[in-house]
Amino acid sequence: MAEARLFLEKRSYRRRRIMDAVRMLPFLCTVLWMLVPTMWPTGTDGAAVTPLSTALWYVFVIWALAITASFALWRRVHRKEGGTETGTGLSDT
Amino acid sequence: MVSLNHLIVVCLVYVAGLFVVAFLAERAALRGRGSWLLRSPLVYTLSLSIYCTAWTFYGAVGYAARSGLEYVTIYLGPSLVMIGWWWILRRLVRIGRAQRVTSVADLISSRYGKSNLLAVMVTIMAVVGVTPYIALQLQSVTVSVSIFATPDLGAAQGEELNQNAAFWVAAGLAIFTLLFGTRNLNANERHHGVVIAVAVEAVVKLVALLAVGAFVVWGVAGGVPQILARIDASPISDWNTGGGRWTAITFLSAAALLCLPRMFQVMVVENDDERHLQIASWAFPLYLMAMSLFVVPIAVIGLELMPEGANPDLFVLTVPLSLGQNGLAMLAFLGGFSSATSMVIVATLALSTMMSNHIVMPLWLKLSDVGAQQSGDVRTVVIRARRLSIMLIIALGYFYYRASGGSGALAAIGLISFGGVAQFLPSLMGGIFWRGATRTGAVAGLSIGFIIWMYTMLLPSFGPDAALSAAVFDNGLFGMAWLRPQALFGLSGLDPTVHAVWWSLSINALVFFVVSIFSFPTPLERLQGAQFVNVFDHSSGPAHGWAASQGRTEDLMIMSQRILGADEAQAFFAAQALKQGLVAEPPAPTPEFVQALERELAASVGAATANAMIGQIIGGQVISVQDLMAVADESAQILEYSSQLETKSRQLSETAQELGHANEKLMQLSLQKDNFLSQISHELRTPMTSIRSFSEILRDMEGLTPAEKTRYASIIHSETIRLTRLLDDLLDLSVLENGQVSLNAQRVNLYDVIEQAVTTAQASSARQLEIRRKASAEEVMVYTDSDRLAQVFINIVSNAAKYCDALVPVLDITVWREEANVVIAFRDNGSGVPVEGQNLVFEKFARLGNGDADGAGLGLAICREIITRLGGQISYVPDGGGARFEVRLKDLQFDDETKLNFAV
Repeated sequence: MAEARLFLEKRSYRRRRIMDAVRMLPFLCTVLWMLVPTMWPTGTDGAAVTPLSTALWYVFVIWALAITASFALWRRVHRKEGGTETGTGLSDT
Repeated sequence: MVSLNHLIVVCLVYVAGLFVVAFLAERAALRGRGSWLLRSPLVYTLSLSIYCTAWTFYGAVGYAARSGLEYVTIYLGPSLVMIGWWWILRRLVRIGRAQRVTSVADLISSRYGKSNLLAVMVTIMAVVGVTPYIALQLQSVTVSVSIFATPDLGAAQGEELNQNAAFWVAAGLAIFTLLFGTRNLNANERHHGVVIAVAVEAVVKLVALLAVGAFVVWGVAGGVPQILARIDASPISDWNTGGGRWTAITFLSAAALLCLPRMFQVMVVENDDERHLQIASWAFPLYLMAMSLFVVPIAVIGLELMPEGANPDLFVLTVPLSLGQNGLAMLAFLGGFSSATSMVIVATLALSTMMSNHIVMPLWLKLSDVGAQQSGDVRTVVIRARRLSIMLIIALGYFYYRASGGSGALAAIGLISFGGVAQFLPSLMGGIFWRGATRTGAVAGLSIGFIIWMYTMLLPSFGPDAALSAAVFDNGLFGMAWLRPQALFGLSGLDPTVHAVWWSLSINALVFFVVSIFSFPTPLERLQGAQFVNVFDHSSGPAHGWAASQGRTEDLMIMSQRILGADEAQAFFAAQALKQGLVAEPPAPTPEFVQALERELAASVGAATANAMIGQIIGGQVISVQDLMAVADESAQILEYSSQLETKSRQLSETAQELGHANEKLMQLSLQKDNFLSQISHELRTPMTSIRSFSEILRDMEGLTPAEKTRYASIIHSETIRLTRLLDDLLDLSVLENGQVSLNAQRVNLYDVIEQAVTTAQASSARQLEIRRKASAEEVMVYTDSDRLAQVFINIVSNAAKYCDALVPVLDITVWREEANVVIAFRDNGSGVPVEGQNLVFEKFARLGNGDADGAGLGLAICREIITRLGGQISYVPDGGGARFEVRLKDLQFDDETKLNFAV
């Protein structure tokens, strides 16, 4: 491992930020999937009930977006890895 | 309608196809071909799909028909874990590869000091948790068969057929698993036949469900907008999922993905390349999304079309059948069949590895008391144990199915199973993220979690008066209301699933944490803990303490041959010998070699057993403090070392500095001494020269007048006096400096001292000096040596008389009190001491200006010594005009202690 440098060149910098996104994505999905649906009106407090079709749309659109984001991040990491920098930059950033 | 015979033929063809595919895959792998497919990320992702069992294939639709969108949580949890692969799965896979882990029980046991107790506990818990699940798969197959069979046969015959179907399915699955699951002993190696068959089945079940879904949406409803309208018009259209249930089941399914033995098997043990995990991070959620996409439409159409009371769990089959789509129904049946069989195969494989490695092998080692050195092939024992375990587990599932009578909604049984294996979660996560986790903590947490799960989830699932009496349900265990199985601690408002998950997992985690904190791990635990938690720093792992001696290699070889097989063992030993630089001789049993061998064996029989077997041959395992230190963060050691170095070098430089100072002082002293000597010689020489000259004149010159004689003699006389005075001064100074002076301290009036000094000085002085005093201010009592003090004053007054360059010299003597001191200031009206001389006035032989040679320049030096001895200070104060000397003395009125200072 090289000694820690304060600033990185652009390529390494970009790759680290992509890995930050990889790390953040599950938390975003957790909020959208586990917290948001629990706040939908269920009809008990007088508000209109959330229709099932709306709920379906919501869950599956988030799902598709999450998969797309995950795929795009994998592509980015994959491409960067294929570049001049080799090694296990993923594991020890 | 499809006839039963028709169904059986299609089924057999499908199963035969699977056998062929598995066989071809095994053969291709053996010949080293086809790895582009066998080791591809696609197959890895598809093999993960054993998460989707018959429960999710049939049960999800039933679940949706009962509770609307809630079924989707079963898929959302795993999707979250996969999308968050970087946090947990990456670590698990790396640990699995580094430690050659064979199962989830092996991982937990290995982490907590290769504890066999933990391995046995986890194995038993997994068997208890998963057996209902296997029964569930058998049930789903038989129920789906009965859908096709019922029209052909009567109800009684249908029931008999069900039992037969369950038996034959179980037998077929057992044969498949025996054939392809126990080919190689090394559980860490991939089971290519099994994996490829599972992948094929994954495709079949996905295609089947998508086909039924597409048929329902476009064939029955007529398009997406229409189906959405029918969904909103259906009885399940309202969103009524409680927040607690939604969150709890999502969490539970996420935990299950990590803890289920079969998921661990395909995800970690069968993982070939860590990069596949990254691809699965988007590909597996995609698979799950596709699997759940048409669930609600199928459920809604089923509720519309099927008669009241139809089993919603079978809508996937009954909807196409009722609409005359026999081919589609057959495909759906194969999809459900695939889901059930692939799950049973992999779950059985995983459980049998755990059972044989952690229960059968340790027992066998203990019972055959000669141990691992005995001749005979251990491999056959291990393989037999594994085969026996496979049959035992499938038999358990079958008998559970027979006993439970195939009742209950599919989803409920699945959730109970999830709840059981989720109890591993605290120990598993604690083990890979927290070095403080201990074996005692893991045992305690697992036990309490498992007991609570049994009491709140498993036993109540059989219904009142089955496993638990109705009285226990209503009044709690032993009549204690706070022990009601579905309202522990009086928490009665919760959904039973949320209640059970909440209490079992939270108490499990809490107990695990608290006990870990208050217990102390063994050295091996600490070593393993460090390797697990810091897996990305220590992937290879340091060698640890097998204290082997020469001559043991033979024994190790014999044992390894019996576990790994002769060829494999010899190849391994040869490779190790080469690594040690030895040719044509066995490797030396270095700690590194023995550890590598232990890892190799662990891949076959599990960490705990391998550790025990090697221990039998080598003897005790020695883990020294040094080993632990080596595992401890190396950078910390380096930091420690460099800080020690820094301290040492600082000490050294400080010492050097002190030495330098001392040296400088010595040099100065030596220089002072030289100066002093040369000045003394000079001072002595001047009068001596004149004494010698004049005495020579007196002796040699003739005809001197008596007046001349008198004059010369008086010159000699005065020079002698001067010499004497000089010597007296020197003596005085030397006595003072050496502290040998005896002071005659007494209570005196300052006025008297000054009076005496002024009188004496005026008498001996040639010049007239006007002295101004204020008698009243001088009336101060001091405790001091009056003669010495007077000597100082005389010196100052005579200096003023001598050096004051004013036309009418005046000396002001003022006395005042300042804090605890009495200050006596002498100020004349001359031009004072030149600036460059002010620092030197108290030095020896310091003579200022061009004054006559009367003084030797020792007067003020003596004054300073005297005043210092008297406990005071004398200083020259630049004052604009005139010389000003200040003498400070301790005032007796303020400080009676002063007298003690004179006891010199």
